[in-house]
Amino acid sequence: MRRSLATIATGALLVAGCGAEAPRTVTLLTHDSFDVSEEVLAAFEAEQGLEVRVVPLGDAGAALNAVALTADDPGGDVLFGVDSTFLTRALAADVFLPHLAADLDAVDPSFLPPDDRVTPVDFGDVCVNADLAWFADRGLAVPRTLEDLADPAYRGLLVVQNPATSSPGLAFLLGTIERLGEEDAFRYWAELRANDVLVTDGWTDAYYGAFTHAGGGDRPLVVSYASSPPAEVLFAEEPLDVAPTGVLLDTCHRQVEYAGVLRGATDVGAARALVDALLSPAFQADLPLTMFVFPVRGDVALPEVFATHAVLPDAPVAMDPARIDAGRETWIARFDAVVLR
Amino acid sequence: MSRGRTALAVGPLAFLLLLFVVPLGRVLTVGLLDAEGGPLTPLLDVVADPRLREAAWFTLWQAVASTGLTLAVGLPVAAVLSRLEFRGRRVVEAAVMVPFVLPTVVVGAAFVALLGALPSGLVPQRGVLPILLAHAFFNVAVVVRTVGGLWQHLDPAPALAARGLGAGPLRAFLVATLPRLRPAVAAAAVVVLLFTMTSFGVVLVLGGSGAATLEVEIHRATVRFLDLGTAAALSVVQLVAVVATLGVYARLRRRAGSERLRRATAARRRPRSAGERTAVAAALAVLGLLHGAPLAALVLRSLRVGDGWGLAHYRTLDAPTRAAVLSVAPLEALWNSITIAAAATAVAVLLGLAAAVAAASGSRLGRFADGALMLPLGTSAVTLGLGLLLTFRTGPLAGRGAVLLVPLAQALIATPFVVRTVLPVLRDIDDRLREAVATLGAAPRRVRREVDLPIVSRATLVAAGFAFAISVGEFGATVFVARATSPTVPVAIERALGLPGAVNLGRALALSVLLALLTGVVVLLVDRVRVGALGRF
Repeated sequence: MRRSLATIATGALLVAGCGAEAPRTVTLLTHDSFDVSEEVLAAFEAEQGLEVRVVPLGDAGAALNAVALTADDPGGDVLFGVDSTFLTRALAADVFLPHLAADLDAVDPSFLPPDDRVTPVDFGDVCVNADLAWFADRGLAVPRTLEDLADPAYRGLLVVQNPATSSPGLAFLLGTIERLGEEDAFRYWAELRANDVLVTDGWTDAYYGAFTHAGGGDRPLVVSYASSPPAEVLFAEEPLDVAPTGVLLDTCHRQVEYAGVLRGATDVGAARALVDALLSPAFQADLPLTMFVFPVRGDVALPEVFATHAVLPDAPVAMDPARIDAGRETWIARFDAVVLR
Repeated sequence: MSRGRTALAVGPLAFLLLLFVVPLGRVLTVGLLDAEGGPLTPLLDVVADPRLREAAWFTLWQAVASTGLTLAVGLPVAAVLSRLEFRGRRVVEAAVMVPFVLPTVVVGAAFVALLGALPSGLVPQRGVLPILLAHAFFNVAVVVRTVGGLWQHLDPAPALAARGLGAGPLRAFLVATLPRLRPAVAAAAVVVLLFTMTSFGVVLVLGGSGAATLEVEIHRATVRFLDLGTAAALSVVQLVAVVATLGVYARLRRRAGSERLRRATAARRRPRSAGERTAVAAALAVLGLLHGAPLAALVLRSLRVGDGWGLAHYRTLDAPTRAAVLSVAPLEALWNSITIAAAATAVAVLLGLAAAVAAASGSRLGRFADGALMLPLGTSAVTLGLGLLLTFRTGPLAGRGAVLLVPLAQALIATPFVVRTVLPVLRDIDDRLREAVATLGAAPRRVRREVDLPIVSRATLVAAGFAFAISVGEFGATVFVARATSPTVPVAIERALGLPGAVNLGRALALSVLLALLTGVVVLLVDRVRVGALGRF
């Protein structure tokens, strides 16, 4: 109907609208960091008789917002990449259908979400990373805690990201608030500022720009991921036995990433199959080396480089999604006022 | 018959009502009324938020600074181009106009290419300075056209008299020439102020996180914070600022002009003194730097592959790589852009012709349609986009229907250009020509076919070219309504520029070059059609 109307009104418009649609395509909306091995995806496509179309929508926040703004018909079937930071927003925007993934019982119970509309897929910790050689060369002890970072002995050594523009930057800010309490956290940030903390717009500027180890910068401490050290080993130009960077475990904040079947999906059946696949052993085992995150399934073996070089905090700290949603904007504004102005 | 022509205004007006008045009404209600905390809360929140207050302040001062810089570069260039004759003047005149027709994201990409190639520390790659330079880059054309347009017709006698009485060249200029140019300078300044105040693509690409205007904050509030109330309230602030600027402009227009003018060639002469020759050289050097360097950097760096040169960034444009950030191959985005812009052009030409014919008939409704269709031009593209997003989130134009919404949004911006191109031509058709044909026995219908049609069809072709060029480069409104599954080239360029890595940069630059070529070729063709075509019988 709409089409026939359009033909009468402006035939030319249709040229833009038409495309030869394959019979069964399932569209995965996601963030720019999504990645999966060619073979794993191909195996799923062959098994299900589906073609997966991956549509990146910006970073995690932008991807969810794009979907939320067009919830009735978001142009896709599955959204992957809603993290703890935005979970409450996704649930409030009501973009997902309830779905109980096939392998949900294999997931470590600590990752199970409060709501049956989202399925946990992976997790990662955002932590301060240290250039170990830099500290060894100077005979300076590697700092351990958040408080250490405000110590004048470590003045001018830390680079973080602006939480208004960077997702690890926001995660790290949330971690300081969760660990220290809101008021103390911003007093702490004032101390960090006095201790000459550097703030960049994004993770790349910080890690590959200001960080001594990877960027040739002058900051040996950088906010990054707990999975960064195995990445350094994997991508090292010469084989390494020991990771050149270390993780400050007492600074970590945990993020879980979720996927869900979109309420506006055109093919709900295919969408359910795809969400199930994200939790399948094949996809889960593929996660560490494609997206540098940890699988939520406990029964999947980690690749050797992860098993050897990745460390995780024994007692992870993760702020409750509802608290994040209530405070996010206020905290970004307070960070702006305390650290950047 | 006149009633039939008047009725033609109904279509354009209905279009305007649906795609402009209703969306703008949505922006106003969301920004002013529809808040959880009661009426006006979003606006009050905006006023209370230091970051947003700073964005408003930055919007204003960067616009003033950009205008100052544009005038500082543009006035000497206008002087040289309008008073002096030298070899290659026409080429230079055309070159000055080039940036004005380039899509804003291409301008942003060109400056990214240029600043990234400069030795580090010379000019920061993101921030205020790059924004000011890019604004000057494409607004010098406004100054040269507006001020130079008057200047070249200005009678040089008063200035010569001042020189004869012993005044130096500068004093003669200040006393005898500047006062007469003032209306044109002021008009150009206000237009540049308006353009730079509502500038979006350039600021988004070049601003970094430190330099955000209201437009960028509207976009950020929408796509990052999903805070439509704040976005709409910011749009209201922006609307007020734009309306105030337009008011100033209207006053200036009314005061402008009763100057004794001469033929252009009479006022222009070869440079005589060494000072004048230096002035020509200096103007050309500044233009070469400001205009030539970014475009040269854009082309050169799009060909830079690793440590060598090649077409790799162009060759991979048809490759649908999963690792890259677009859901489609860049060439598919180019094809999207072309079809969408073609559809927008078709709509804009139909509506624009209808409105122009209605307006030329002299009826009140027709003239009203002509004026009303100009309104979207005065509104910032981001506000238009936000309004469309708020209005058509649900309903037939949501979701897959959005493929219709994008060309309609672009048509909204392109239609006034069609009216402005066709209407003067329609009005200028000599009635004696019609009468002559009628005297020879032609029926009214035949008169229209023999007289009006050939003349109007040529103007329509020109209008269609402009409409296409505007649509294909449109970014501000498109970015709010385009879907990730069918991105346009400007949207794709902006996305790729925001991502790290040489591959993304290379692709963004290659796409920018292609888009610039496409726009350039269309405008060039239009220019050829226009030359010597009209008004000579």
